[in-house]
This record gives sequence, C-alpha cells and structure tokens, in this order.
Amino acid sequence: MSRAAFTLALGIAVAAPVASQAQSMAGSMQGSMAGMDMNGMTMPHPAKKPTARRPVARKPVPHSAPKRRVVRSGPTSVGRAGPATAKGMDDMNDMPGMAMAPASVVPPSPAPAGPEPMPGMDMGAPGAAATPAMPGMDMSGHAKPMATMPGMAMTGTALAAGDAPAPPPPTDHYADRQFPASEMDRARHAMMHEQGGRSFAQVMFNLAEAQIRNGENGYRWDGEGWFGGDIDRLTIKSEGEGVFREGVEAAEVQALYSHAIGPYFNLQAGVRHDFRPSPTRTYATVGFEGLAPYWFEVAGALFLSDTGDVLGRLEGYYDQRITQRLILQPRIELNLSAQDVPAVRLGAGLTDAELGLRLRYEISRQFAPYLGMSYEAKTGRTADFARADGRKPSSTSLVAGVRFWF
Amino acid sequence: MDYVIDRRQLLRGAGAAGGGFALAAWLPAWAQSVSPGLTAPLPVVSGEDITLRIARQTMMIDGRPSRAIGINGTVPAPLIRLREGQNVRLHVVNDLDEDSSIHWHGLLVPPQFDGVPGVSFPGIRPRSTFLYEFPIRQSGTYWYHSHSGMQEQLGHYGPIVIDPAGVDPVRSDREHVIVLSDHSPMSPDAIFRAMKVNPGNFNFQRQTLAGLLSGRDQTLKDRMNWGRMRMDPADISDATGAAYTYLVNGHGPHDNWTALFTPGQRVRLRVINASSMTTFNVRIPGLRLTIVQADGQNVMPVEVDEFQIGVAETYDAIVTPADDRAYTLVGEAIDRSGMARATLAPRAGMAAEVPHLRKRPLTTMKDMGMDMAGMPGTAGMAVPGAGDMAPRGIDPTAEQNRSATLATGAAAGPGMSAGTGMDHAGMAGMKTGAGTPGDGMAGAAQMDMGSMKMRDFAAAPQVTKGPGVQTISPMPVDRTGEPGQGLEDVDHKVLVYRDLMALTPNPDVRAPSRSIDIHLTGNMERFMWSFDGVKMSDAMEPIAFIEGERVRVNLINDTMMGHPIHIHGHFFELVIGHGDHAPRKHTVIVAPGSKVTWDFTADAVGDWAFHCHLLYHMMAGMMRTVSVRTKEGTA
Repeated sequence: MSRAAFTLALGIAVAAPVASQAQSMAGSMQGSMAGMDMNGMTMPHPAKKPTARRPVARKPVPHSAPKRRVVRSGPTSVGRAGPATAKGMDDMNDMPGMAMAPASVVPPSPAPAGPEPMPGMDMGAPGAAATPAMPGMDMSGHAKPMATMPGMAMTGTALAAGDAPAPPPPTDHYADRQFPASEMDRARHAMMHEQGGRSFAQVMFNLAEAQIRNGENGYRWDGEGWFGGDIDRLTIKSEGEGVFREGVEAAEVQALYSHAIGPYFNLQAGVRHDFRPSPTRTYATVGFEGLAPYWFEVAGALFLSDTGDVLGRLEGYYDQRITQRLILQPRIELNLSAQDVPAVRLGAGLTDAELGLRLRYEISRQFAPYLGMSYEAKTGRTADFARADGRKPSSTSLVAGVRFWF
Repeated sequence: MDYVIDRRQLLRGAGAAGGGFALAAWLPAWAQSVSPGLTAPLPVVSGEDITLRIARQTMMIDGRPSRAIGINGTVPAPLIRLREGQNVRLHVVNDLDEDSSIHWHGLLVPPQFDGVPGVSFPGIRPRSTFLYEFPIRQSGTYWYHSHSGMQEQLGHYGPIVIDPAGVDPVRSDREHVIVLSDHSPMSPDAIFRAMKVNPGNFNFQRQTLAGLLSGRDQTLKDRMNWGRMRMDPADISDATGAAYTYLVNGHGPHDNWTALFTPGQRVRLRVINASSMTTFNVRIPGLRLTIVQADGQNVMPVEVDEFQIGVAETYDAIVTPADDRAYTLVGEAIDRSGMARATLAPRAGMAAEVPHLRKRPLTTMKDMGMDMAGMPGTAGMAVPGAGDMAPRGIDPTAEQNRSATLATGAAAGPGMSAGTGMDHAGMAGMKTGAGTPGDGMAGAAQMDMGSMKMRDFAAAPQVTKGPGVQTISPMPVDRTGEPGQGLEDVDHKVLVYRDLMALTPNPDVRAPSRSIDIHLTGNMERFMWSFDGVKMSDAMEPIAFIEGERVRVNLINDTMMGHPIHIHGHFFELVIGHGDHAPRKHTVIVAPGSKVTWDFTADAVGDWAFHCHLLYHMMAGMMRTVSVRTKEGTA
C-alpha cells in the first residue's frame, strides 16, 4: 500500500473507532457515551488514582479520535442517548470515582467541540485528564482536528510490515531442555503420527445383490476394500457373478497398490486373479480410480494375462440423490479385449456391457438396501461364443441387494 | 471400562431443590421428555492448589446416558476461578488408561506447562500426576482442554475465569458461564473414520433432485457448474447434528439448562465454544448482547443481536433483561443441523419460545476465494435481464437433529428462513452490484472457470502441490468486515471482527519487521487438512521466530470451509484498521476463501503448537509447531 493510501486510511481510522461499522458501533458508542451501563463497563481505573494522569500527556490521541464518529452519528442517536443516560444514572452509584451529575448535563444536540469527557458524569478530575484514565472508553465529545492527533492510526497494526529475513528454523526441540529427551521423542513421534499420519481401512460393496431373470436367477457382487493412509493404500477389489444352483460363473480378485496422484484420483497397480471361469487366469494390472467432474465415480484398468492377452475395463457410476436418503445410481461397466481369447470365450473388441439402474435407501450411510434393473449384453465375437455355447448373449434382471460398507 | 456416575446428576437434585421449582424436578431425568429446566451451576475450584482428576464417566444428555471423559466427575470440567497476580499449582491426575494432558487455552504460561504432548511436554502417563505451576498474568474468560488424542470430544474441557487484580472494567450484577460444546454417542475414532472414508458422511442437508424440482437451493445451472468443479456448496460442516447433540454446560437442548436473573440486572455471559467441530451462531431473541470481551481481552462495548463463535473462541456479553420473562439462548450450529439451547429466566422452570432452525447456508464463489466484486472489469457487473430474484428455500428433505423438535416459534417452517435469498451462490460476492440474480451467478461461475483456475499453484508458490490440496484461492480477500458464513442476510446486527476494538492500547505497537503467509489447505474429498499443503505428520520443520520479533502473519484460506486458527503461548492483534487498539485474540476464524492478517510479538521462548481448532482437522494434519528462540539460540 502506498504511503498516501496509508495516510488516507489513517484519516479514516482516526475519524472513527471503526469506520466501516458505522451502524453497529454508532449505536453502541452512543450507548457508552450516554450511560455506561449500556456497555457493561466501569472505569478501569478510578480517577482518584494519581498515576492515571500520566498517560494523558503521552497519548491524548486515541481517546479523542473515536469520538468524532459518535458526534457525527447525529440527532437520532442523541435522541436515543438521552433516556439511556437517565437510566444509566441509576447504575452509576456504585461506580468508584464518579459522582453523578444531573441528567440535564447531557448535550441536547450533537456534542459540542472540545473536551466533554463524559456527558452526564463528573469524573472528579479535569476532563482532559480523566479521559486517558479510561483508556479505550473514548466517550467524550472531542472534535479536535485530526492533525493534532498523531500516532493513533500510524501505530500498531496500521504500520506496514518490513521485509526482514526469516530466521532459519531451529534444529533442536525446546522441550528437550526441560524433559528427558527420550520421553519427548516418544511423545513427539506419537503426536506427529497422530496429526495426519493415521491409517484407515474400509470395505465397501457397491453391489451385493440377487438377480431375478427368466430361467436362471443369479447373484452379483462388486466390492472393494482398502487399508492405508491418505496417499498410499493397499486395495483389494473383487467382483463376480453366479447362478443359483449352478455355482459361480465369474469371480475375480485384484490386489493393488494404490497411490494418490491428485486431489481426486488414485493410480493403482497390482495383480488380478480370475478364479472363474476356468481355466483360471492371472493378470498384471494397472489402472486408475477416482472422482471425475460432475461427481462421476470412475475407474479404468488394463490387464495383461499370464498368457499374453490384453484386456481392459471401464466403469463408472453416479449417485443421484433424490432425497437425502433415496439415491438413484446409474452404473455402467464395459469390458474390452485386444484379441480373441477362445479359452475364456472372449472376442476381440468390446466383450460385454453392463448397464444398471439401482434405487437405494440409506437407512444409515453404511447400510442401504436397493432395488433395480440390470441389463447385461455380450457383444461382437464374445456374443458369438455365447451363442455357440447355447447361451443367450444378453439378459435383463430385476435386482435386489444391499449397498454397504464397514 | 468402568464409569463413574456423573456428579451432576446429584447436583441436579440439589440445584432443583435450591431453585425451588416443582416436583417434576425430583423425577429422574430419563422420565422427563423435556426438562422444566436445570439450574445446576458449574462446580467451581479455586485457590492456589487445585487438584483435577481426569477419568471416564457417563453423563446424562437429554435424559440419555452417554460415555464421556470428565474432570472431577463432571462434564464440562469444573470452573477454575483464579485472580490475576496469584500463583497456581494444578495437580492433574490422569485416571485414564491412556495418556492425557491439559492445555490452558489462552493462558500465557511457561512452555513446559502449555500441555501439548510432543511439543511442550511428554504428556501425562496413565495413572500418574503432573504438576502445572505458573503465575496468573492476565484476567478474563478462558478454558482448558485435553490436547491428547480426541479426548476433547468426549468432554475433557472446562472453563477458566480469571478476575482482574483491580477493578473489573466490565461491571455486572451477576454472571453465568456458558460452555457450548458438541457431544456424540459415536466414539471420536468412529466420527473421524467416517469422515475419512466417506466424504459428506454426516451431511443430511445436501442438495437433491427433490430440492431442484421444488425450486429450492441452487438452480440447475449452478448445480452443473459446481458439479463440474466437484464442489459441494452444502458442505458447511464436516461433523453435524447427525453426529452431535449440542450442549450448554454439558446439558442437551431438551434439558433446558437455565441461567437465573433478576429483571433489570446486568448479566454477564461468558460464552466459551468448547466444541470439537462446531461453529455456533449465538443469539437471545428479545435481548441485545453487548460484547465486552473477546478471547479474554476486554474490547470496547459493541451492541449486537447475534455473534458467530468459532471453536475455541470466547466472547463475554452483557445482557440486561428488563422483563419478568424467560429468554431462550440459542446456539445454532453453523450448518443449522441442530442447536444448543438454554434459558435465561427469573425463576427456574420457565421456558421461552424456541426459534426454528434457520435454513442452512450454501457456500458461494467467494468462499472459493473468487471475489467477483474484486475482479477487474467485473466490479460493476450488472448482469442485466436475469430475473430470478425470488428467495429459494432449503432442500425439502434436509434433516436436522432432535433439537429441531423444540421449535415453538411462529416463524415459517424450518425450510424457510427469515433471511432472504442467501441461497444464491455468490450473493456475498456480489455485494457491490445492485442486484444478484441467481442466473447471473451461474454465468459468473462459468466465467470463473474460464478465467480463474481453482488450483493454480502460481497463486501460492509456497504450497506443496499434492493430493491434499484441492483448491487454491485465486483471489482471497479480507472478510473480517463481513458477518460469518450464513449470517450475511439476517435482518439484525451480527458481530463482525472489525467491530472489535481493544479497550486498552496494544502493548506492542511496533511495526512488524517482516510478514509471512501461511496457507490453510485441504481436500474435502479425502478429508485431508494441512498448512501450505504439508501435514504435521509430513514434516517437523517449525515456523521459526526470534524472541521479541514482531511479525505480520497472513492466513490465507484456500479451502471452502472456515477454520478457527489458534496459536499457543501468544496473543495476536488482528490487522483490521484499528491501529494500536487492535483486538487481541488467541483464535480467529479464517472465513472460507478469505485472508486474515494479524501481528504478533514472539515474546515467549519455546516451542508452541499452532493449529486449526477443529479437532478432526488438526487430527488430519492441520497443525504445525511454532518455535521462538533467543537471537543467540538460533545462531
């Protein structure tokens, strides 16, 4: 800020206790001027203390400065001040060092210029001396020119900061001088670990449901658990499906190291093992998971199998809150393959798509039963494999399940 | 674990009898749906030798037992009443099975007695005693609490009142200590974990489709813009009334703790926010509050109708109830998910109308540090033609806690507030413009996306770039002249920081020799909180000062939440245009996306804690050590 601006600011600051709060302060300052009881303040130092005079000479300014605004606040506030003063009088009796003066002393119009320390009060000391005896009270109707009040605004927090260099951080710990270093060490490590270094864990199943469709009713799950800190985590994922009385059709587990790479996304790498279908496969995995703009939860991964096949997956869902607890979740999962893998009945390209719409009710955040629809379709050459196996390449299910975490 | 029966339960009977009200008081608390009122005063300890025993116990809240950690059998802990100039020896006995500690919040004490394990001392081991001994060099309203683990959340907090050595410039006929706090049936670990693993876990006042269809909260356009930014404007508080019951002196809103007065008396209320996570908006409908002290330091009297009190702040207010009637003291959680409630009454057993919870606010572009008014070329942006000025209510499905059932006021339903239109994103940010149509703001939001980056580290070179920093305020502004979040549009006078002016000149009026910036950073989606992008657990490098040095500190909030920032061992003077009468504080709320500047004199040699006083923000890493060394000591 330039010096000129500062001077300006100074002027403003001098003109009022709080230039920017005229409305709020004006009322209360009126109150304080008129009757001290309004403010709940008594004199910090009774005027009878001789020492109280000393500051007068040193700093006459601060006390007079704010008064200007009070004076300015006009007839309306003075009008209010009258009765307040009268009322204030009753409470003054027990105030040390003050004698009551008749209420008529209160100026009937905006306060006059000159030292009028406290309308309605005789301080038992000359006004000019009494004012400083009440530092900060600033109740008198001073109207001295600002020029005669140096110091007030150009001191303390009104001053600009210098540009001295910062000291180097110390290498020791001060408390080690007063307590055994080993005890401090233990406490320090505990404290540092506690403030930001904790590990957490969560297991969440977004899908855990029964699927009702023509002929073969089945089930489906998709869950994830993690353990770790803010940045680095061990993540276990599992998803799969099966048919009642026929057993598990597909089941996979991934064990991943997860690393936060931004405010919203984690990079994940590890292994995936498919227990079903047979023959089982193991894949090296790299992927991402996170929150995309517009609040879409998204994840994607590439899988390289132990037989050299490359697969891919993209999934995403969106939680549409209908009410605070009723939530509609559209969800999509796409699986891809870079090549035909006849052994596990996959064709090159998009192998299958799963579109779901689930409506859940959060009885608690951790437990939310849901109902919904799920459409699954094998596509392209994968669909051909399915037909060749005598299975329908697509199906639509009614689903019922529970989304839960712990 | 064994729990001691709360001593207050016994006191309650005595207090009730003393208060002389009806037989209902003799019923056990659980037999009463709404208590006629409790006048039980806080137990007081004083003198030069004081013993404080920290132990697990149960406490009764609204007739239900709850686990707690108390001191000398009570929650809040006993009122410690001292006199300026005396010495005090505090024998603190830790009867817990874990380490504990007591920090004397706001007291200027030697560093070894400041009570922060790992910073000022090793902590108090289980079943052992630690002796705190220090001179009392100040007067005013303060408090004390654990700095170990999350014991504070369980009730390990209590008030301190220090009477001045001379005449108290604040005169009153009677005084009451009002300790506001938040208590949960959940364990602090469970609360912390829920917020860590499930962002927004406790927010049941989010925007919904139902709200959109019924014309509440943000317009579709605004929702799209905020959604693109992955910002939830309804994310006001992390832990809410869904987790908490809000207490006055350890009593729930249905307990109706009652402070007595005689009509015409000048009553001094010493209000302490001892919450773990809750910023309160405090008011007493029908009474004006004259603020006479903030953080234990006398201020020039300011008359207000309501004030926002951040966690760990204290305000002393004078009220003068003239009528022979009851008044309700309302401590409304900043997100309006619940309230703390007490009664001021001439006799026990009285109750006044309890106002409805007002609607929860939404954050605005300004809360993201995008001050539209301050942008060159947009200051006078008129946004013509956009018409939608009608106030929009809160989501119809928003939930509040049990305290909402107390409301008896004739006001509009809880969904609608007396204030108008504060749901418009950016309302606050557009104050210089004449009108602020909601549609216009959506346009502005779009413009922001084009011209202002939300995470441009060039705007904060000192901040360590990482997943823990979700946003950087591109244009943080000083908001100390504005009412706190959610109080922009109330139709009465709300205290703002700039109203505060020290009663006496500041002790050190030198110009700061240098200034430093400290960024408050975080990621709401991961519940990570830090200073300058660095968590306490990441690095031990302290913020260094030389003894006697006067330094200007700029706190820049790069997050969309307010943070009550507290420095131990020192007071600071807020740089808000009051020269040598700057208010001196130990804790200050840095409003979302804003900047707060204070000067302080590093006059206490030692290592001191410096942290956000939202408990779980501190636990997530929003803490640092401040070191003050003699000049020779750093050579």
